[in-house]
Amino acid sequence: MSKVLIVADVFEGELQGSTARAVTCAQDLSPDSVDVLVLSASGSAAEAAAKIEGVTKVLSVERAENEHPLAATFAPQVVAAAKQNDYTHVLGPNTTFGKDLMPRVAALLGVGMITDIMAVNGPHEFERPIYAGNAVVTVEAPGDQVLVASVRCASFDAAADGGSAEVEALSLDAELPSHTRFVSADTGGSSDRPDLASAGKVISGGRGVGSKENFDIIFSLADKMGAAVGASRAAVDSGFVPNDMQVGQTGKIIAPELYMCFGISGAIQHLAGIKDAGTIIAINKDEEAPIFEVADYGLVGDLFKVIPELEEALG
Amino acid sequence: MKVMVSVKRVVDYNVRIQVKGDGSGVNLDGVKMSMNPFDEIAMEQAVQMKDAGTAEEVIAVTIGPAKAEEQLRSALAFGADRAIHVKTDEEIQPLTAARILAKLFEKEQPKVLLTGKQAIDDDANQTGQMTAALLDLPQATFASAIEFDGDKAKVTREVDSGLETIEVDLPAVITTDLRLNEPRYLKLPDIMKAKKKPIDAMSVEDLGIEEAVKLNVTKTAPPPEREPGVMVEDVNELVSKMKDKGLV
Repeated sequence: MSKVLIVADVFEGELQGSTARAVTCAQDLSPDSVDVLVLSASGSAAEAAAKIEGVTKVLSVERAENEHPLAATFAPQVVAAAKQNDYTHVLGPNTTFGKDLMPRVAALLGVGMITDIMAVNGPHEFERPIYAGNAVVTVEAPGDQVLVASVRCASFDAAADGGSAEVEALSLDAELPSHTRFVSADTGGSSDRPDLASAGKVISGGRGVGSKENFDIIFSLADKMGAAVGASRAAVDSGFVPNDMQVGQTGKIIAPELYMCFGISGAIQHLAGIKDAGTIIAINKDEEAPIFEVADYGLVGDLFKVIPELEEALG
Repeated sequence: MKVMVSVKRVVDYNVRIQVKGDGSGVNLDGVKMSMNPFDEIAMEQAVQMKDAGTAEEVIAVTIGPAKAEEQLRSALAFGADRAIHVKTDEEIQPLTAARILAKLFEKEQPKVLLTGKQAIDDDANQTGQMTAALLDLPQATFASAIEFDGDKAKVTREVDSGLETIEVDLPAVITTDLRLNEPRYLKLPDIMKAKKKPIDAMSVEDLGIEEAVKLNVTKTAPPPEREPGVMVEDVNELVSKMKDKGLV
């Protein structure tokens, strides 16, 4: 008997793709039901969640305090919803939203939490990565407690659209704190490029790109190939690109069909973010770079020569 | 204000860890141990606050074996005034760690608890948030900039969509991300000075907290290996490989 509650990741009123990935993870629990909790101020996120195949019911809590996903405000509501319907599992995505919120939920429920489920072996047995993915542990959670976990999105495909779950407006008995307040968000302006977390193709650059201006060459190739753009920590630290482009242990963990990287040496922390990529292609000047140990295809060369040649060859 | 910083002893970030053949864990024999890099960033933040006159006292805390005193000595060399060592040889999972930190927080009454956003051994990313929850305090995770103003702090957070700024009332728990600062190199005179600073040692039992039910790790395995790749000679060969695989 597994009754699963998934906390939807909603940003600026829109349902994020990570939610549908958590639904796929939930299906591996052979659940009796999979409900999605949508906390929002307004918008269509609840309707979008109802369309995800495999969702039993959407519980929607609309209130002004939910405009921004503050963990301190959301956690008491998730806890109240979890208790109200006796859920056995409460899952969130391992996006920064879920990483911030889910431990707070677990602590309020008085239970431990499993971060980054990468495989489900049974209703209370999971696999998760440790040491930047250099080891995988099998973890058993107590069967007599509610299980709180985050889902490693790169390990699960998004559940398809096609469902038509009922949306139920939920009123919760939860006191919300006022000690945490949203001030502002900087998303770096809108972009037509695919989203890094879910893109099929990702082109990324590292320290070897050399400067913010030089990164244009990476963007240009990405646009030609319809790819999202990522970066190594070194490139973000050097100010070439903003933090939301960082791929790796502490940035985004991605699983594109194609990951092509330029001027990235391949520190273990970076490799942790790309291990699930279908094909990894590395271009680096240094033939000793560790990135070549994991690349499916490696090319030793100067990225500033290789990229124009590539663009020409790809037409 | 009084600042508390929680630090953890972990395998050094440069070490390539090896999984034991019998699946019982990771081989830690003779492996270099260090302060969790994210906790170093938290330490640096605290010490910068002291340098700027925002913090009067900095207390470093660790939960771990006797040898974790090395990491506390490093914290003291950073500039912490004193340290608390909750000694245990057992593996302490995040909820129990949070209960310990909450207890110490209640005892010491700092204005802010700083800690790294995650430890690079178990990559759990839970302890800060859990501690804040238990104390019913605000949390500001993944901080890349912190600005204190009286009884409030403005914290800029690194999130998937870019940056988000929130305001929290103090006291609060703040977890630190990579770009908050660059931790200093410890200098010999500071390391020498740190040897004389006080460390208050206690056991988990001394604190009278209830340990959380453990998640049971039954097996540790190496990650699935990728097929070995090939080197290509030039762009034309690369493009033809990509076409063969239907990638372009």
